[in-house]
Amino acid sequence: MLEIVTFSLLNGVVYGLLLFMVSSGLTLIFSLMGVLNFAHASMFMLGAYFSYQIGRWIGFWPALVIAPLVVAAIGALIERYGLRHVHRQGHVAEILFTFGLAYVIVECVVMIWGRNPIENRVPAAIDFPAFWIFGTSYPAYKVLMMAISVGMFAFLYFAFRRTRLGLVIRAALTHPEMVAALGHDVPRIFVLVFAIGSALAALAGVIGGFALLTEPNMAAALGPIVFVVIVVGGLGSIGGAFLASMLIGIVQTFAVALDYSLLDLFSAMHVTLASDSPFHELAAVKLAQAAPMIPYLLLVVMLILRPRGLLGTREA
Amino acid sequence: MSHGVPRCALQLENVHMRFGATPVLRGVSLDVFAGERHAIIGPNGAGKSTLFNLVSGRFAPTSGSIRLDGTPIGRRTPQEIYRLGLARSFQVTNIFPRLTVFENIRCGLLWSLGCRYSFVRDVAQLQKVNARAEQVLEEIGLRDRRNVRAGVLTYAEQRALEIGITIAGDAKLILLDEPTAGMSRAEAARAVALIRGISAGRTLVMVEHDMSVVFDLADRISVLVYGEIIATDAPARIRENGAVQAAYLGTAGHA
Amino acid sequence: MKADGLAGAAADRPPITHALASLRGAPWLAAAVALAVLPYVPGLDGNFGRSLLSQMGIAAVFALSYNLLLGQTGLLSFGHAVYFGLGAYASIHLMRAIDGGLPIPMPLVPLAGAAAGLCFGMLFGAVTVRRAGVVFALISLGIGELVFAAMRILQSFSGGEEGITANRGLGPHPFGFTFGPQIQVYYVIAFWAMVSALLLAAFLRTPVGRMCNAVRDNPERAAFVGYDPVRVRFVAFSVAAMFAGLAGGLHALNYEIVAAEAVGAGRSGAVLLMVYIGGVQHFFGAVLGAVVITWLQASLSDYTGAWQLYVGLFFIAMVLFAPGGLSGLLLVHRGIVRSRAFWAVLGAYAIAAVPFTLAACGAIALLEINYRRATQPDAGATVRLLGRNLDTSTPWPWLAALALLVIGALLLRPSLARVKRAWTEASEQAKSPAAPRPAR
Repeated sequence: MLEIVTFSLLNGVVYGLLLFMVSSGLTLIFSLMGVLNFAHASMFMLGAYFSYQIGRWIGFWPALVIAPLVVAAIGALIERYGLRHVHRQGHVAEILFTFGLAYVIVECVVMIWGRNPIENRVPAAIDFPAFWIFGTSYPAYKVLMMAISVGMFAFLYFAFRRTRLGLVIRAALTHPEMVAALGHDVPRIFVLVFAIGSALAALAGVIGGFALLTEPNMAAALGPIVFVVIVVGGLGSIGGAFLASMLIGIVQTFAVALDYSLLDLFSAMHVTLASDSPFHELAAVKLAQAAPMIPYLLLVVMLILRPRGLLGTREA
Repeated sequence: MSHGVPRCALQLENVHMRFGATPVLRGVSLDVFAGERHAIIGPNGAGKSTLFNLVSGRFAPTSGSIRLDGTPIGRRTPQEIYRLGLARSFQVTNIFPRLTVFENIRCGLLWSLGCRYSFVRDVAQLQKVNARAEQVLEEIGLRDRRNVRAGVLTYAEQRALEIGITIAGDAKLILLDEPTAGMSRAEAARAVALIRGISAGRTLVMVEHDMSVVFDLADRISVLVYGEIIATDAPARIRENGAVQAAYLGTAGHA
Repeated sequence: MKADGLAGAAADRPPITHALASLRGAPWLAAAVALAVLPYVPGLDGNFGRSLLSQMGIAAVFALSYNLLLGQTGLLSFGHAVYFGLGAYASIHLMRAIDGGLPIPMPLVPLAGAAAGLCFGMLFGAVTVRRAGVVFALISLGIGELVFAAMRILQSFSGGEEGITANRGLGPHPFGFTFGPQIQVYYVIAFWAMVSALLLAAFLRTPVGRMCNAVRDNPERAAFVGYDPVRVRFVAFSVAAMFAGLAGGLHALNYEIVAAEAVGAGRSGAVLLMVYIGGVQHFFGAVLGAVVITWLQASLSDYTGAWQLYVGLFFIAMVLFAPGGLSGLLLVHRGIVRSRAFWAVLGAYAIAAVPFTLAACGAIALLEINYRRATQPDAGATVRLLGRNLDTSTPWPWLAALALLVIGALLLRPSLARVKRAWTEASEQAKSPAAPRPAR
């Protein structure tokens, strides 16, 4: 029992940190530009694919650095030559543009790597047990994931709170016109922020590509959960995104580990439900089966109880 | 005009408003009599727009009470306050840009003429609604722009439409927030004539910076400075009030 | 279909205040005749053609319901398929009950879909319409995923990934119609499509319909004229969900199978694409988009696996260059149709079409070569394009495609400038038709 709890906790933390890595970039872009980047999870996917490809050509450690940079460049190009022309049409048009982009990126990925999942195996350099608990090993690449996400959090904190550029960006978050009037190139800042946000997602993809399946559908699988994270955490709040990511990561991981259903609960209470009762099927659903629904249930509950999210500050 | 004690259409009692730690209104008390034209003047940042926002329901006051004809409205939603008979216009034009001028006015009428959330009746056949909308269009002088999308009107036309939407319904108390802002002399004169006409039988409260408009229209004037009302009186006496001159009007005997 | 604001001119005209009764007749009559006649038009009179028309009908109803949500009330939803799918499920279960002996004729089945759509629309709507804009969009996405996950779990209700089937040929046969043949199903679909379009157009002419537009434009001001924007949105959302459910019922009737993908994100995305490409602002834009995308889906997917890529690129091009969609593009010509220079504009389009086609062929060839090589690795380096086998291990096919693309793009620039000149002249003429044409 303790073993299950410990491993679930560890894995839950890793998953939560992965979610945070992706959602922090999204929150950054949203806070600064008001753009809800539907293609953000696609950047995550590109990070996984690029690191696979670069890893095959050069090696894993260079890929860890190069893949996010390449995706950052792609993000910069998207903002500079695409999204920039849509800003004046309003937020709905921006969302639609990124929505279409997500569509196109998936098809491009298929065009290059095909429809089937690719063999994105954990590279030998990090494929060893980091430590042993309860007789089972815990893989090193997951520890690396944790280290990278903590490092990312630290980088974001340092960059935005301690550097001058970070100060300018934070000012542009709420007063872009004023910042422009002070002589800063706000469109250039937009490009920079979009690039950084995409790079963060790609970095998450490099590592996440091992933990999850690397296939063209991975963006569509992760995307909605990331959106739930930022709504539950409160739009525009990085701290909220962190809390929500950890909450969803840990709860969902625990749920997957628990192979119990309501029926089991009933029988523990010595209550039997007739097998032809309409609720039987519902009660027979195991928690592990229902795990994919948990983030969305959390979303609905949050909407009813606290619409602005955990640490939500401003209205969308 | 006065027969005995005048009835209060709008009554503010010790209204405070704070945004975070910043106090904007510091204990405003004001009685607006039924049927009068009451102007609120004061320097920028005095809190005039905030006052309007509180009365019309955009925000709720931090403390104090606001009554419309005796009914407390401090914590109500804008639509509830409208239904109780208070309509307001906006300083920054707040119209329906993709609807035509006629449809803009008609939207201002639908609730007052009892349409509610009906999904059975055809608006084109509602004779009373359409007749009243035509009448308002005539009053604000936009009849020949009737089928133009409101978003492409000139600034002055949009200001006129703004007033039109506000007065279309049967509100007994009308708040006009800087109705002649940005208008030329001629346009302002037309606006003044319009306002005079539509305020017959209703109570009007307006915020204005144009002193000629204020002294032309107002029965009484309140002066709001740094979130407090320093004087409420007839125009002539306000002009001579020393404190008002010091704070706002200036000592050169402004006309 | 916008409400016209003319006050009753004749005082003795009886006050027909019901919105439905006062829709102008001519375009609707023409549409009804067209719907009746289409399945007998040569080219469409085979099974494939009639099946395609049926699919278009279903898509049109779904798209019209989405137009109410997005185009008329300004609510961007990424989960509208929920109501379509739940309506489809309700209908397929009703069909199964009819197969088992329930004496209800099949053409009434879509009403079950509408009822289910309405109920779930009101249920989920009550929670979600309090916020608008971006938050509403995300919430709709979340609820879509929630329902999709639930459908995959509740196997006995939804049949999971494989779905639930029924037989539309069983049950009562009024007037001898079995509803087995595609032509009969088509007429049922056409009937319900007509009814839905009429009702939705009428809805927009009612007070709450007008306020939907007002809330879309300026929800704050709508409150200050007495209407609770949340309540208006709730009404619009429920009505839109009802018609989406109706479309789902038509889907169940047509395909006789409903699976979890009916509530999925793909279907929600598809209707968004349809309505946006057709033109968000206009009622008939939704129908146009539904027809075009359904046609593309049916015909392109036979030729190329990359058709989703093309639709995606088309969509992005629309967002960037033609946010009014196809209907917007058509309507923008309304101003210059009467001017003499209009023919010059058409001529300029024709001339510009040549380099555009060249460039498009080049781009498509490149995309197709890449796509097939990636998705059909066993075919090796040979790609079959336009009936010819191309050996793509040599550089020639690549260079040829690239050349087409570059030449087309280069020639496109001057021809676009020509289009612009023709337009300017036509606009000038339209404004002052008496002005003499400038000497060349």
